[in-house]
Amino acid sequence: MLPVPHRIERVRRETRDTFTLELAPVSGAAIFSPGQFNMLYVFGAGESAISISGHPGRPEKLVHTVRAVGVVTRAMRKLKRGDSIGVRGPFGAPWPVDLSEGRDVVLVTGGIGLAPLRPVIYHVLANRNKYGKLVLLYGARTPADRLYTREFERWRRRPDTYIDSTVDAAGRDWTGNVGVVTRLIPRADFDAANAIVMICGPEIMMRYTVAEMQKRGVSLDRIFVSMERNMKCAVVACGHCQYGPHFLCSDGPVLRFDRIAGLFGKREI
Amino acid sequence: MKSAGDRNAGLSIIEREELGTLIDVLGARGYQVIGPVVSDGAIVYDRIASLADLPEGLTDEQDGGRYRLKQRDDRALFGYVVGPHSWKKYLHPPRIRLFRAECAENGLRIIDEEQPQEKFAFIGARSCELHAIAIQDRVLLDGVYPDAVYRARRENLFVVAVNCGTAGGTCFCTSMNTGPKATTGYDLALTEIPDPDNHRFLVEPGTALGAEILGALSSREATPDDETIAEQSIARAVEQMENNTRRMDATGIRELLLDNLEHARWDDVAQRCLTCANCTMVCPTCFCTTVEDTTDLTGDHAERWRRWDSCFTQDFSYIHGGSVRVSPMSRYRQWMTHKLATWIDQFGVSGCVGCGRCITWCPVGIDITEEIRAIRGQINGCKA
Repeated sequence: MLPVPHRIERVRRETRDTFTLELAPVSGAAIFSPGQFNMLYVFGAGESAISISGHPGRPEKLVHTVRAVGVVTRAMRKLKRGDSIGVRGPFGAPWPVDLSEGRDVVLVTGGIGLAPLRPVIYHVLANRNKYGKLVLLYGARTPADRLYTREFERWRRRPDTYIDSTVDAAGRDWTGNVGVVTRLIPRADFDAANAIVMICGPEIMMRYTVAEMQKRGVSLDRIFVSMERNMKCAVVACGHCQYGPHFLCSDGPVLRFDRIAGLFGKREI
Repeated sequence: MKSAGDRNAGLSIIEREELGTLIDVLGARGYQVIGPVVSDGAIVYDRIASLADLPEGLTDEQDGGRYRLKQRDDRALFGYVVGPHSWKKYLHPPRIRLFRAECAENGLRIIDEEQPQEKFAFIGARSCELHAIAIQDRVLLDGVYPDAVYRARRENLFVVAVNCGTAGGTCFCTSMNTGPKATTGYDLALTEIPDPDNHRFLVEPGTALGAEILGALSSREATPDDETIAEQSIARAVEQMENNTRRMDATGIRELLLDNLEHARWDDVAQRCLTCANCTMVCPTCFCTTVEDTTDLTGDHAERWRRWDSCFTQDFSYIHGGSVRVSPMSRYRQWMTHKLATWIDQFGVSGCVGCGRCITWCPVGIDITEEIRAIRGQINGCKA
């Protein structure tokens, strides 16, 4: 499967190390589901697996938020409007937006983990009457590391959402919460007996979040996490993304927690 | 089992020299004929042009971390087992270009790599190796995204199998139900009868094409005697393995490993493992690859290459911030649990065919069958 050239329509700087690319396909847009990802190819530098963070109802505008942390993503940061980038995808198992219908949707994310969940927010808001409460609990390292701040404010002001956020560390001018994101869980307004929880963040954060959700009474088969491993081919052939029996490029990245409970938390799996 | 009445059905005898004709016939039909040859003191797979290229009168002595060629007292052409190469180097090449890219005026241009339809004929594939090819078929062809590189090499493959008349020192195919007699996946199967007075091969066609090729050779119908001698030689290989302590009890092996991800034996084996990746390179089923992206000096042309990779490298599991599997313990555990346990979840079969290569070519002689016995608690002093 070859990368398909896309034109960069817009580059938006999000934080110190993250940016959002809006891509237009040179020919034909691919439909995607929230949680799926693309392999983005930077000419000569290589490919990176990046989740799609745009609106699933508007696939003609392909949106990816990227953190510049490696060779490929640093090269990607240098790209400008009008430049070309290769795209393979979309790949992977999506967030359970269908299963969530009629239930409260609880999203818990840390840092750039908000990006793969943003399509869920768009989807729920676009189909508002199909879902119960929309809960978003968001943690970032510092106030300056928060993503999509203006949009986040708009979500927060809506009467039909419960939105809370926190940062690990902040200066004196910060009036919001300080502490880990799991501390937002006990007071969050949702019906644990009828909720689907979707978690995206570092493994340690997801582990404590699952534990807190269990305390609230959410069963493990209603909790979904997004796992990350090295990825080269995205077509179940290179072997890199294995997590126990799962190939994260096709069985994941989103996995139902009870299916990985025996692996999760074990070191170096 | 065949009954007495149809014993001879389809079985023929060709003389030793007629094997040379088989090589010629395949060559004339446009096949690249590949077979065992001696190179640097080992039997490897390479292009062969005639009978003279095959190793004559040789056998191999194999043990954990040890491989030596020795003379036999006959002129057998297949009197050894498997060496460091496997057929995967032809079907799933170690290094291959996937595409070229250009930075053109109107943007990025990706130029697909045409995959030439290869026509290979493998001479001397063993039963364990046929199982390994069947496993790679599942991995690389049966999924949602069949691998074009593999398919272009696999589709026209012609296989001449050889039934093993001797077991190697590290063989355990009887444990994995993969040999030593070829039962499927061949066009022709040979059993060598290296009788100095009447050196011959019992030949069994496995496909219509195999029967057609056999028809081009001068052969005679096999006698009950021929068949008995051939069966005895295979039985000898079975017996050698049954008498070997190197056996693997595969019952419940998936659960055994997945229930013991934190067993003390993993630390024990990690003390010996050099994470050199030899086992994954010689394994006929290991399929992992990585990609390398390069540009030329002008910066206008880029290429993407795929090459074999190994879960024993730290780089294999690298994500931003560091590798997931830093310790040798975790990398050995990943390899062995994948091979013997999660492979079953993923592809419905074990990833191990009992060929013993990983034992022989491990520089410190780590023995996968011994590691399993240890985790089963069958080796004293290694219980968790």
